[in-house]
Amino acid sequence: MLNRMTDTVLGSKPSRRGFLLGSAAVSGGMMIGFVPSRAMAQSATSPFAGYVKIGADNSVTLYSAHMDMGQGIYHGIATLVNEELRADWSQIRVEGGAGNPRLFGNVLWGGAIQGTGGSTGLASSFDRYRQAGAAARIMLVNAAAAEWKVPAAEITVERGVVKHGNMQATFGALAEKAAAQAVPSAVKLRDTKDWIYIGKDKDVLLKFDSLAKSTGKQDFTIDVKLPGLLTAVMIHPPQFGASVVSFDAAKARTMAGVVDVVQVPRGVAVVADTMWHALKARDAVSVVWDDSKAEKRSSKDLMTSYRATARTAGKAVATNTGDVEAAFKTAAKVVEATFEFPYLAHAALEPLNAVARIENGRVDVWGGHQMPDIYQAIAAQVAGVTPDRVTMHVMKTGGGFGRRAVVDGDIIQEAVSVSKAVGGRPVKVQWDRENDTRGGRYRPAYVHYLKAGLDKDGNVSAWYNHIVGQSIVGGTPFESGMVTNGVDVTSVEGAQKLPYAFPNMKVDLTTTQVGVPVLWWRAVGSTHTAYAVEAFIDELAEAAGKDPVQYRLGMMKGHPRQEAVLRLAAEKAGWGQPLPAGRFRGVALAESFSTFVAQVAEVSVVNGQPKVHRVVCALDCGVAVNPDNIRAQIEGGIGFGLGAVLKSQLTLDGGKVVEGNFDAYEVLRMEDMPQVEVHIVASTAKPTGVGEPGVPPIGPAVANAFYQASKRRVRVLPFNRPENA
Amino acid sequence: MIRFSLNGQTKDLNVESDMPLLWAIRDVVGLTGTKFGCGQALCGACTVWIDGQPMRSCQTLMSDVAGKSITTIEGASGRVAEAVQKAWVSLDVPQCGYCQSGQVMSAIALLEANRKPTDADIDAALSGNICRCATYHRIRGAVHAAARSLA
Repeated sequence: MLNRMTDTVLGSKPSRRGFLLGSAAVSGGMMIGFVPSRAMAQSATSPFAGYVKIGADNSVTLYSAHMDMGQGIYHGIATLVNEELRADWSQIRVEGGAGNPRLFGNVLWGGAIQGTGGSTGLASSFDRYRQAGAAARIMLVNAAAAEWKVPAAEITVERGVVKHGNMQATFGALAEKAAAQAVPSAVKLRDTKDWIYIGKDKDVLLKFDSLAKSTGKQDFTIDVKLPGLLTAVMIHPPQFGASVVSFDAAKARTMAGVVDVVQVPRGVAVVADTMWHALKARDAVSVVWDDSKAEKRSSKDLMTSYRATARTAGKAVATNTGDVEAAFKTAAKVVEATFEFPYLAHAALEPLNAVARIENGRVDVWGGHQMPDIYQAIAAQVAGVTPDRVTMHVMKTGGGFGRRAVVDGDIIQEAVSVSKAVGGRPVKVQWDRENDTRGGRYRPAYVHYLKAGLDKDGNVSAWYNHIVGQSIVGGTPFESGMVTNGVDVTSVEGAQKLPYAFPNMKVDLTTTQVGVPVLWWRAVGSTHTAYAVEAFIDELAEAAGKDPVQYRLGMMKGHPRQEAVLRLAAEKAGWGQPLPAGRFRGVALAESFSTFVAQVAEVSVVNGQPKVHRVVCALDCGVAVNPDNIRAQIEGGIGFGLGAVLKSQLTLDGGKVVEGNFDAYEVLRMEDMPQVEVHIVASTAKPTGVGEPGVPPIGPAVANAFYQASKRRVRVLPFNRPENA
Repeated sequence: MIRFSLNGQTKDLNVESDMPLLWAIRDVVGLTGTKFGCGQALCGACTVWIDGQPMRSCQTLMSDVAGKSITTIEGASGRVAEAVQKAWVSLDVPQCGYCQSGQVMSAIALLEANRKPTDADIDAALSGNICRCATYHRIRGAVHAAARSLA
């Protein structure tokens, strides 16, 4: 399916090779991962042509196929390469790679385009980056063997030193000769028992960027410095779908520091020497909008209509096994519930931005490029050049959570079109917080209607789930690959297949047409499906008079990994053991992106709301490459998901977004963060992602604990909605 | 012309009096360790010290800065700053890292005033600093670790 998706996007055949052996001499050093057929063209234009570059200065530079938004993929890739290469850790640095889909194409997406998302970074990198490290090591060893006239098999490589008897050399000293060695046609990777980095903890491998990020030295897109760099701020339409009729910037153009005020396809941009001058002048610009095609509905109207739709038959069928209708007729008990989920903004702390420059027919774009090949094509189209004239500079980014993976490259379009409008001068388009909150691309709002039939023993004999909401991929080039029989997989993932053996199960989907742009938001479909399913299962456990953990285990068949994480989380949390007065536990389980996660939350009630004290999490993500980074991602995923269910909502009033800043769009703060314990199941399965899977279970785990504490079921999110009081 | 001290050095900046300190630091002086997150003193990414007190530079006007001593993350130094930054690195607190300049500046200020903060003290002192990666769990641990190393 994902192969088809990337086919559609690029119109090219996907490659599953993922690793192209080849090498080239580069300024006295060696590059592994070079593609000979494109070598000449690329050596002149792109420094990002390979996976591993060993410099004559003894530097080891790795080029990451994945953008780092805080999930730690640069650290992961360095770990994989160095497990084979064995450089000294201090020699290594990692940079963002781009401009070569044959090398950087996401293996899990079929390999045709580069992209970060779906928690695929480590899985896509696991083989090819180890192979790149092994190829580089073999060529260094062969170069040393030739020079020293000794058998290659007797040469050792440890911590950046190539050694035989009394002879030794650094990587840098051998790099040029190594580049002339034949590229190994096949490399044998180290046996797992010989791993010294993979699976080892943080005392073995320091994260490269922790110091820079703790001392203000890490540059993000907002910090890009270029000679003559201008800053632009945007005025976007007040409603989605509205457009500019005219604007008056006569006064703004006379204000200090203002370079120009220009209309671009996505709105009006105020360009100035500094952010402050741009912001100040923006207040003096007035725009007349055409709202004839704008979405004018309110959240309240939408949810009323979604609730009504949810009680009718769905338009598309995602799952249909057994005979649900017949099973409901014979059920000993029937339970129903409706859950409502609001729109959510990503609200990364670095508001959306990009820097563009058009100079001598060449375009440079700096940003947190989550899909650089697609953005390269968009930048080329806007600038009126061919894609090979566009260089994408991948910056580390101040959070992302999905927001920088937009198929139409909204911020890229803006940056290039504004630069073009001011004669190609370098411009940073910097959204302010209100632009960011009101800029669309939200986690869609959804309503779930659930109905279950229980047999006389309380087990589920019939399960029905109708999901109502917008499609994320509908209308995008991903649609043909990710929508099957009217079912957008991102709308139903986490609900379509469950680890519970329900004899009769039906999942319907009704995709709504709303003019609000929507997008993947950390953990995507499972952000709502896991809540609806796991909170409802808890209601069924109560109806059946059974313990929530035992109830789940009793219905699981053939899902050993889910069973193992559920048992481990329960055991580590002390499930069934006494708690301090006023504290209660809740449990939830979710699989997302092939990673299995169970969480137990300990909750008390403070001012009518849950206070989450402790969360115990167990997960199985295959081989744990960087255990401490896994723990960090799960801790963060729990906090991210908890903030959303407790207090985040994006509301439309007459089509206008009500919330603009963090006073109204509330997110988790320090005092709401629980203690978190993460337990990783030992596994030899191929690694899967951890950036997103920590998010889905926390909402239902807290809801289920909160019910025990308050006897209130929270079915309308976020928790602080008046409906829940 | 507005004269103030920035990281121990006298600065004379020819900027409007209504320019927020954040943009003067970032766009005029060129010190970009201090981040922009909200512009409304709601997220803490722009936290600097003004005469030793943690303040949000996005809501501090240059007219209020005249004669004051400003310290940004680039100028944070001394025993407490070193202890905090060392703890941050040792626990690998940062994920995306964008909020961490502000978190570190608030944490140093807390420990300067209170060498044995409780969890509640930390929550109160850092409540104004949003971390969207939710590294709060490790921030709390790192503040305690820094406090222990200063004891």
